[in-house]
Amino acid sequence: MLRMLRQIVRIGTITERLATSDAYERLGRELEDAVKKRFAGSLAIRQVDAGSCNGCELEIHAANNPYYDIERFGVHFTASPRFADMLLVTGPVSVNMKTALEMTYEATPDPKLVVAVGDCAEHCGVFGRENYAIAGCVSDIIPVDVVVHGCPPTPSDIIRGILAAIDRMP
Amino acid sequence: MSSLPLQIAQALLLVLLAPVAAGFVASVKARLQNRHGPGLLQPWRNLAKLFAKQVVLAENASWIFRFAPYVVFTATVMAASCVPALLVDTPLSLTADVIALVSLLALARFFLALAGMDIGTAFGGMGASREMTFSALAEPALLMSVFVLSLGAHSTNLTTMIQHTLNTPIMLQPSLAFALAAMLMIALAENGRIPVDNPTTHLELTMVHEAMILEYSGRHLALMEWASMIKLTLFATLIIDLFMPWGMVAGPDAAGLLLALVAWVLKIFGLLLALSLAETYLAKLRLFEVPEFLSMAFVIAFLGLLSHYMLEVNA
Repeated sequence: MLRMLRQIVRIGTITERLATSDAYERLGRELEDAVKKRFAGSLAIRQVDAGSCNGCELEIHAANNPYYDIERFGVHFTASPRFADMLLVTGPVSVNMKTALEMTYEATPDPKLVVAVGDCAEHCGVFGRENYAIAGCVSDIIPVDVVVHGCPPTPSDIIRGILAAIDRMP
Repeated sequence: MSSLPLQIAQALLLVLLAPVAAGFVASVKARLQNRHGPGLLQPWRNLAKLFAKQVVLAENASWIFRFAPYVVFTATVMAASCVPALLVDTPLSLTADVIALVSLLALARFFLALAGMDIGTAFGGMGASREMTFSALAEPALLMSVFVLSLGAHSTNLTTMIQHTLNTPIMLQPSLAFALAAMLMIALAENGRIPVDNPTTHLELTMVHEAMILEYSGRHLALMEWASMIKLTLFATLIIDLFMPWGMVAGPDAAGLLLALVAWVLKIFGLLLALSLAETYLAKLRLFEVPEFLSMAFVIAFLGLLSHYMLEVNA
């Protein structure tokens, strides 16, 4: 236990600048301000995997790691759509997940935002729209506010998408 | 200054400080994970936002579901106002003893479990059954641990017990060590912390407390979450009252109160720091090992009771 504690102290906070520029930090501050203005400083996100290959999930999860640490901007991920302000939907919507996605959308309290993350969520990507197992892309099933491109998009892209969705709010 | 406004101020302080305390635990845990974390005031921001959100009710939610957050919150606040934090002698702590305190918390838990089952989802019922299983084991152990101290003080009244601790010279009492160990284990279980339950889990199958409130939204959710934060601060205060009340004042004088406030805040944050360390180092227990964990707490409390009779009575 002491060895671990020493290691924690030695490493210190490793949330650091990602690149030579401070673009991510500035993006983060922007996000923090937007969340403060529109959501009283607390944005709860429910992530919905509607049939993705988990590539986008890895990137979304990376936003929580010590490098990106999205939590410090007032954004957190929740266990239930009823706690959420925003849905992050990934993947093409598979036939089996169609009803679940619709129910998730219904269960989210207003004001709610939907961000479709990744190319599959936008136009079914490599899985293709003509697939027997796929009901359509996310915007075929529920209203989408913002689409994040990329296969998979980076955490910075995802944060940019979240920010764009908040800015679109009336 | 009379003691009634002080009593109200003290209860308000506890209720308002509870989200900050929860934010402190989250921040320390984030630091131990080598990241910044959301900051002390994040729980307050979450609550403020939730109070402004729409409430979405499930189709088959009955009045129990809508009623439960208010009962849970009120019962927890009442329990919190019974616990002396700064002043030893407060009007409410004279009317309500430890047994009343435990039953207020049991009332809150009863409605929480009802609300979990009311909605008819699998996870709500599962969480409720787990919560009741654990509480059936935790409550006797909690009372047993308190009774170790009651034996010395000849009372179950918190004020009398605190006065007794303050008036006896400090010496090593084995029974108190047993009682403290049991109490810490039970505080972890009652507040749904690691190793019994993980408050930050997103995995429904491992949830206990979270599973019951999964269907809540808006102000209902805010009240439920606030109540569980208050409960955490309440247990920390209870442990301070029973085992380390030094610094609390008997009469309402300004300097003493200020000192008591500083001592209380320091002790609360010390305990929460220990909690964050424990939560970082411990892994969650398997569900079927939790009853063993709680039975162990009961046995430890019982050993405390025995050692009080063997070593301390007429010693």
